[in-house]
Amino acid sequence: MTVMEQRGAYRPTPPPAWQHRTDPAPLLPDPEPYRVLGTEAAAKADPGLLRRLYAELVRGRRYNTQATALTKQGRLAVYPSSTGQEACEVAAALALEERDWLFPSYRDTLAVVARGLDPAHALTLLRGDWHTGYDPREHRIAPLSTPLATQLPHAVGLAHAARLKGDGVVALAMVGDGGTSEGDFHEALNFAAVWQAPVVFLVQNNGFAISVPLAKQTAAPSLAHKAVGYGMPGRLVDGNDAAAMHEVLSEAVSRARRGGGPTLVEAVTYRMEAHTNADDATRYRHDAEVDAWRDHDPILLLEREMAERGLLDDDEKRRVGEDAEAMAADLRTRMNQDPVLDPMDLFSHVYAEQTTQLREQAAQLRAELEAASEEAGEEAR
Amino acid sequence: MTTVAAKPATKPATMAQALGRALRDSMAEDPSVHVLGEDVGALGGVFRVTDGLTAEFGEDRCTDTPLAEAGILGTAVGMAMYGLRPVVEMQFDAFAYPAFEQLLSHVAKMRNRTRGTMPLPITVRVPYGGGIGGVEHHSDSSEAYYMATPGLHVVTPATVADAYGLLRASIASDDPVVFLEPKRLYWSKADWNPEAPSPVEPIGRAVVRRPGRSATLITYGPSVPVCLEAAEAARAEGWDLEVVDLRSLVPFDDETVAASVRRTGRAVVVHESNGFGGPGGEIAARVTERCFHHLEAPVLRVAGFDIPYPPPMLEKHHLPGVDRILDAVARLQWEAES
Repeated sequence: MTVMEQRGAYRPTPPPAWQHRTDPAPLLPDPEPYRVLGTEAAAKADPGLLRRLYAELVRGRRYNTQATALTKQGRLAVYPSSTGQEACEVAAALALEERDWLFPSYRDTLAVVARGLDPAHALTLLRGDWHTGYDPREHRIAPLSTPLATQLPHAVGLAHAARLKGDGVVALAMVGDGGTSEGDFHEALNFAAVWQAPVVFLVQNNGFAISVPLAKQTAAPSLAHKAVGYGMPGRLVDGNDAAAMHEVLSEAVSRARRGGGPTLVEAVTYRMEAHTNADDATRYRHDAEVDAWRDHDPILLLEREMAERGLLDDDEKRRVGEDAEAMAADLRTRMNQDPVLDPMDLFSHVYAEQTTQLREQAAQLRAELEAASEEAGEEAR
Repeated sequence: MTTVAAKPATKPATMAQALGRALRDSMAEDPSVHVLGEDVGALGGVFRVTDGLTAEFGEDRCTDTPLAEAGILGTAVGMAMYGLRPVVEMQFDAFAYPAFEQLLSHVAKMRNRTRGTMPLPITVRVPYGGGIGGVEHHSDSSEAYYMATPGLHVVTPATVADAYGLLRASIASDDPVVFLEPKRLYWSKADWNPEAPSPVEPIGRAVVRRPGRSATLITYGPSVPVCLEAAEAARAEGWDLEVVDLRSLVPFDDETVAASVRRTGRAVVVHESNGFGGPGGEIAARVTERCFHHLEAPVLRVAGFDIPYPPPMLEKHHLPGVDRILDAVARLQWEAES
């Protein structure tokens, strides 16, 4: 039986015989965001995993501050910070196996780095020396997607193709709360459920789409509830609880790998910084609201738990901090070097073979460059 | 003992059949070729182009998708990322518009965005153009939108043999191709031997369909037969018209077009698409840039009017026909010669 035929036939029947195709009850999210840290469930969390999560969160926070600093120094064109959302970013990367694929949005540089990509290569797009700074197939990381939610159908198609080949590969696709209003979000979830594609959709509900709050985005009971309409389970999680995030995403990934189909995960979190360095958040939210989230900081929550269980001493904290500093220093050094640009690259990757027209245009640019360099040479003399 | 090869059995085939055969042969040859779209399975597509593919290759290879064009093309992107070679069917020209963002922002750009590491070999088949008596949203000529998007190839056949050869070439291409199928030629017939189909030609070469000396009609897709008819009618006026079938709008075959116009010294571009901002303006500019000193008259355009596509009972006034083409030819400043 083929993958598509497994879905079975659904034929319309007149009302007396009509029934739900599936029971909606098990698809509904929990009434409260799922939490691990600070609850009894935390006792079961693997100490090794908590240490790994902690190191990645600290490193991630440092990465965000370093990248933001680089925008102020003119080394990055723009940086959408994920400060406050590190638990979502890190858990998404760690929930995946090497063979799996990650489909990030533009705010998910951190997930890309946590998955193992060179921190500098992850910033190519935001520095602006090219669009994507890595080979997606080599790392199984799709390009950071700027058009909202458009990467979600890609994740579905890739997961579907992998399933057709029997490869056991899962795709995890990331989107924000604003992105859930896009048509591609709807179409991707619908295709995924119909095809039972091995995909996990992670919505980071950070409260804002640039300036627009969630209340103006949707009237749904929660974003996780949207899953039910597509016939897939919705999970509501505390997005600042790294252990909960890791557990829920890992479960969803395993379920997808087993052939159980897609899951929609809503992570409730908060964007502590402005949309990007170019944004002014004071125009649309109060400091008091931001301050309320400081007590629910993802690093703080994990530190408290680990300290309580004796998993984090000062030495460990210092070592993790130093590692993060070393990463930041290396990133700073490398990003302070000017990238090597070749203007002729403009024509290199448009088609497999350059068209006659592009060859002509490339020749024009080459001539312009040569003339400019001769002129510069003469001036130098 | 010598065997004499039997003469290939040619028989009348429609363009739709040739397109279906191209899909079938591509799928048989390459297991990574997958067809997906609306109604492409049991129904065989609303134009029956995919007839029999699901029966032969199964639902995993020829798949009825949910009714959502952005989703169809978006999932095709993901399939191509994983190494498949998807062929997407858009049901009608105007129904392809929801997929524009996927097409423009991802399909056309992915090779470029990833420095050539992740090209997307996707073929998007779009039935296009009018003349079939369709109600609104079923007759658009959408080629100008696609032509204006770097990274896409835009191909359109006008003959049964080209329908096969160009579709095979498009599917085999490592670049995305928007393959525009002239709806009103779906049922046009030609003698064709499906067992020895026409050779697969590289995309990007125009062809002279009818040699002539007086002027060149530059055209493509649904307007090719109209131009050939006009060329026959023009003989009565003493004009010997050459007809160039572009076959590919991107890449554009400047060489064949310019060579023809240099020979004839006059040119008319003919297409159904609106004139303003349509392909004809680009083509006329390219011809003028290359053939200025050979031209006896300005390059003229015969195009659809700059109106939303008309209702079916009025479409005959909109579509370029033989008379309108001959009128344009008559305006090519012949007085200077006498």
